[in-house]
Amino acid sequence: MNAMLNKKAKPKTSAKPGRAKPKVAVWKFASCDGCQLSLLSCEDELLDVVGEIQIAYFLEATSAKIEGPYDISLVEGSITTEHDAKRIRKIREQSKALITIGACATSGGIQALRNFADVNAYTRAVYARPDYIHTLKTSSPIQDHVPVDYELRGCPINKMQLLEVINATLNGRTPNISHVSQCIECKRRGTVCLMVVKGIPCLGPVTHAGCGNICPTTDRGCFGCFGPSEAANGASLARQLERLGMSKREIRDFFRSYNANAVAFRETSEIYD
Amino acid sequence: MTQSQKSVQQALPEGTVVRVGPDGLEALVALLKQVGYTTIGPTVKDDAVVYQEINTTKDFPIGWADDQDGGTYRLVQGTKGAFFDYLVGPTSPKRYFFPPQNKLWGASKEQGHFEVEKPAEEAPSYAFIGVRSCELRAIIVQDRVFGFAREDQHDKGIFSDPYYVERRKKSLIIAVNCRRAGKTCFCVSMGGDPHVRHGEGFDLALTEIMEGSQHHFLIEVGSERGGLILALLPFEAAKDQDLVARKTQAEKARGQMGRTMVADVNPLLKNNLTHSRWEDVASRCLSCANCTMVCPTCFCSNVEERTDLTGDHTERWRTWDSCFSIDYSYIHGGPIRKETKSRYRQWMTHKLSSWWDQFGLSGCVGCGRCITWCPVGIDITQEAAAIKKSEECQT
Repeated sequence: MNAMLNKKAKPKTSAKPGRAKPKVAVWKFASCDGCQLSLLSCEDELLDVVGEIQIAYFLEATSAKIEGPYDISLVEGSITTEHDAKRIRKIREQSKALITIGACATSGGIQALRNFADVNAYTRAVYARPDYIHTLKTSSPIQDHVPVDYELRGCPINKMQLLEVINATLNGRTPNISHVSQCIECKRRGTVCLMVVKGIPCLGPVTHAGCGNICPTTDRGCFGCFGPSEAANGASLARQLERLGMSKREIRDFFRSYNANAVAFRETSEIYD
Repeated sequence: MTQSQKSVQQALPEGTVVRVGPDGLEALVALLKQVGYTTIGPTVKDDAVVYQEINTTKDFPIGWADDQDGGTYRLVQGTKGAFFDYLVGPTSPKRYFFPPQNKLWGASKEQGHFEVEKPAEEAPSYAFIGVRSCELRAIIVQDRVFGFAREDQHDKGIFSDPYYVERRKKSLIIAVNCRRAGKTCFCVSMGGDPHVRHGEGFDLALTEIMEGSQHHFLIEVGSERGGLILALLPFEAAKDQDLVARKTQAEKARGQMGRTMVADVNPLLKNNLTHSRWEDVASRCLSCANCTMVCPTCFCSNVEERTDLTGDHTERWRTWDSCFSIDYSYIHGGPIRKETKSRYRQWMTHKLSSWWDQFGLSGCVGCGRCITWCPVGIDITQEAAAIKKSEECQT
């Protein structure tokens, strides 16, 4: 994919002849900005991308704003306030295609840990004036509020996958993004299974592929930042983690991180509550 | 091998067995490299024995063995100095003949038409060293699938995959006989044997014979190409006691099979497509596809178009896929096999039963990789046995 994108020697400043530059907006909700940064860290490919699209709203990159409607909205972050729940509906109204990016937008993010606790107790513990805080009891993904055209997983997202989604959208095709397990990525790459050879706990068998096989190639088990794979069987993997010596609490916490609120992970962690 | 070498050198006839020391094997590796092969052999990587490019016998897993069982693989100390004490690892020659991702062709839109670009790179010439009997039989299975026919075979198949065939045609296979069998091995009950047989397509076959921590090797010729290579090496005649040792070794390994596939598994599975065991295994199956990735005969792939941003250039890539992925059974209207139950059943019945109908042989060679590399240790032999047992109870 990289080679394909780099094929053209000179970055283009105007879109392909005969094709209007689509207006793209990048929106932030409750999140850390890391996924938006993936777009900026495209570096080599960025000039090609901006040659084909018009950045209409992207505060992380520029304070210039162009009014909607937008052809593509990239949405980062989860919904944690009433205000944001209204804002996402307005963005949806102005967007032809709405693509959510990252674990927060697709599952509620790490902040969805509040979904398993008492949010008022949190605000009392953290803030001097908890009465200033207006927050919802849960952190929820964008698709719980508005229809979403495409979801891009990851904490953070993989920049090549982001480019692929933009590319596919520009060319009117389905993105080449698979929803299989991380194990397929390991095996295609030739990464030896850490769980089988060393008994290292790994969420790879139930985790969505796409990160680029980062942790298993650095001798770490997958910790699920891409959320559940299409057919995740968390309960069976959890029983194996017990056999590998993890305590019930460790197993609960293993499934309860960046994608704690994703259905398959949430249901598994609740078995160990 | 060049023509001039061929003309001066007489090939040793098929079936010839000679004896060499470890230095003889080193000379073999050097010779293979010298005549232009990329030498692929066993080596230790990340706590497992995998196939990788090797340059010398020093790259072999010397002194290492492995202890395998459902969902577990551990490297353990083997016979000191032994080259081939380990058994099959997570990789097989499959990834070289049928790479995990392979560019098929590209195309560029020109004014009013498009140009097709064929891949420029030439298929590599691989010499595999250390191919086990079950792996050799897996290659035979994939030859059938991808339509490769050896020179001694007449059936070229209906469909022939040029990418596989090109790589396969140029490859040289040096097999090694298994001195022992592991807990997940069941080649014998799949009609195989820990020692290679003539007609299975090896060029040379090695047998490692240990005498204390000293070892030597028998090399048997399996093809004309193998005979030509061997003729270029220094060797001595095999001794009677070597042949006896080889026979004893084969018998010992045969008796050590850790698993057994039930008899008549093909009709058994056909008669039990609605068995409750499929639900049971689905509750354990992670649908992660590890079994299919490590299987030396699984051949599912996905084909995708990779365009550049303008859409004027595209490349068509083939990547490993699996019948455990939901998209794999996607047809107009949606996927056919939505549940893990039906995907596991598809995999197991294809491997052991409908493969016979499709290709005229079993899709399983009994290497045991799917058992070892399943993260939760699901055992294909046990699943078959459970179905068999319930059938016996009914009658």
